[in-house]
Amino acid sequence: MTTLAASGVLRASWLLLAFPVFGAAVLLLGGRRTDKWGHLLACVMSLASFVYGVIAFFTLLGYAAPDRSRDQHMFTWIPVAGFQANLGVLLDPLSISFVLLITGVGSLIHIYSIGYMAHDTDRRRFFAYLNLFISAMLLLVLSDNYLGLYAGWEGVGLASYLLIGFWQFKPTAATAAKKAFIVNRIGDAGLSLAIMLMFAEFGTFNFTGVFSSVGHSGSGVTAALGLLLLLAACGKSAQVPLQSWLLDAMEGPTPVSALIHAATMVTAGVYLIVRSNVIFDLSDTARLAVTVVGAVTLLFGAIIGCAKDDIKKALAGSTMSQIGYMMLGAGLGPAGYVFAIAHLLAHGFFKAGLFLGAGSVMHGMDDEVNMRRYGGLRKFLPITFVTFSLGYLAIIGVPPFSGFFTKDSIIDAAWSKGGTDGWVLAACTIAGAGITAFYMTRLMLMTWFGTKRWEQEGVLGGAGAHPASPEPHIPHPHESALTMTVPMILLAVGSVAAGWFLIVDSRFASFLSPVVGSPPDSHGIFTVPGIIALVLVVGGVGVAWAMYGRVPVPAVAPRGSVLTAAARSDLYGDAFNESVLMRPGQWLTRLSVFFDSRGVDGLVNTLAATIGGTSARLRKVQTGFVRSYALSMLIGAVLLVAGLLVVRL
Amino acid sequence: MNPAHYVFLAVILFVIGAIGVLVRRNAILIFMFVELMLNACNLAFVAFARMHGNLDGQVVAFFVMVVAAAEVVVGLAILMAIYRARRSASVDDASLLKY
Repeated sequence: MTTLAASGVLRASWLLLAFPVFGAAVLLLGGRRTDKWGHLLACVMSLASFVYGVIAFFTLLGYAAPDRSRDQHMFTWIPVAGFQANLGVLLDPLSISFVLLITGVGSLIHIYSIGYMAHDTDRRRFFAYLNLFISAMLLLVLSDNYLGLYAGWEGVGLASYLLIGFWQFKPTAATAAKKAFIVNRIGDAGLSLAIMLMFAEFGTFNFTGVFSSVGHSGSGVTAALGLLLLLAACGKSAQVPLQSWLLDAMEGPTPVSALIHAATMVTAGVYLIVRSNVIFDLSDTARLAVTVVGAVTLLFGAIIGCAKDDIKKALAGSTMSQIGYMMLGAGLGPAGYVFAIAHLLAHGFFKAGLFLGAGSVMHGMDDEVNMRRYGGLRKFLPITFVTFSLGYLAIIGVPPFSGFFTKDSIIDAAWSKGGTDGWVLAACTIAGAGITAFYMTRLMLMTWFGTKRWEQEGVLGGAGAHPASPEPHIPHPHESALTMTVPMILLAVGSVAAGWFLIVDSRFASFLSPVVGSPPDSHGIFTVPGIIALVLVVGGVGVAWAMYGRVPVPAVAPRGSVLTAAARSDLYGDAFNESVLMRPGQWLTRLSVFFDSRGVDGLVNTLAATIGGTSARLRKVQTGFVRSYALSMLIGAVLLVAGLLVVRL
Repeated sequence: MNPAHYVFLAVILFVIGAIGVLVRRNAILIFMFVELMLNACNLAFVAFARMHGNLDGQVVAFFVMVVAAAEVVVGLAILMAIYRARRSASVDDASLLKY
């Protein structure tokens, strides 16, 4: 892949970043004066980026396939001798795919938020943060070097923090925001170390510079780079072992969960790995680590999703699991990069649609999130029900919905890898597909079917979830406004069509191949592992129906088995962090404080006290009587004379 | 007469003066004992000048006399100031400058 200078309309690619930055700046600096029209400005800015993205996309399509990588230098950020940090916009098939996802889904979620946040007094601030997020995410995917990517990486972390803690008057939200930020810092440290290592080894962190010289470095360097980048990806994409923040991040408003914690930001880790494909292609160790992380997380998230009664947390577990699929795909090398990104795009559609659907349900149910207090809602929210069902069919991989094409491509790629690890990975992905079908069916049945549990005695809900509903009461579910349903309908269309559009005829594979290389030839639409997965999906749906459809769902959660209890507490991820990391850390700080106060301070204080005490006693010699001074002078003189005599004699 | 006897006398006078300075409290008496010590030194200087047959010691004796006169003037002035402030000439009363 060679990178050419941008020309024509692509020379204005900085506009992509400028629009949302402008929106965020106006809304944040303008303050309350912009309350009336702030949300509209934010939507227009996001849509403007989307429109430019579409124009850029078709401009790129107009070039020959090898010439589709276009770099536009913006400015020199840090010009120091030997250290040139340039900021440039790189438009290539990979980044334009992300641009369209971010601005497209982002704009829909902006529009949805107009309705969802209509009653919030701080709606303008919310839209300012959303625009801030869009700009940071675009910087992340558009930067032509790792330092600019890092700046965007931190920017989305900041936006995520601000938006998770948007209702910071709720202590849980404030804590969740801090947790997300702190856990992400661990991953960020990995990315910054990787960038430092790149600079130390290659003297540059431009994509072109790093990718052209990484081939000449030793296997140790490539493995280290790969593992550090994987650490970064684990933090941002909520992969095991840095997964614990994502479930708590659901404290944020639901559009945030849809945009940041489902469709875009959490997939930045996958982007990072696919973008660094040259590094990963050179290191088997790093690729193996990526696949292991992906496989573990896809099962981990799926199991958590099976036990959660909170609709958003169940979806969050599902997000972890689906990103696990993408990581696994990315770890398979050129055979999987394309499918990881394809699944990412499809997931962006159906998961954002599912989250927006969940938000619509919460909107109608006075911010109730417990699915055990839902039930039979399909008659009350028909549009949401239909769009949600389409997203559901997409995520469990029913043909011809999008998840079927993209997920099965990953399963097939793992299957085709061969060897023991290939078999294990394929088994994990197939099992994951079955579990996905189970928990998504459970979610569907508990929310949309069965009896109306919110009307039952003693199941009053909504208390304290939102300032609008401080008292427990019986909710009156209703369909949401047009601003909310239209985005859901559009996302549902994406959930239905995206997979077919991307995978059939290898459209997406040939589009991305200049950046990430080509996967081996497709095995057709129905493959052996795909059919096994499909059978398991049917099985998962059946089990879920037997457990939650055939028998009534209790309004209060039963005790459940050991596995259920484990999954309810996030498979003890928090307990692990607390006992292995937090408590030893606390002991260490206490030990340090003890050493500091008793050891270091003690030494200094003892010395000072000794000198002070001695001086206090010696001070008494100064009596103030002339005679004692005279006597001491006399004694001194006598001693002096005596000494002189002794020396002389 | 042996000049050494003058030296012994000087020593005796010096010791009397030193003891007087140490044991007396009245500032004027202390001054007088200081003068005694100075004059003991003068006597020793003169005696040594005689013993060694040169004039250096005698010159120094004159010096000491002049310096002693100046010192007494300054000292008595200070003494007067202290007496006016404290209505006492005892040096033990002027013991403010201590720990």
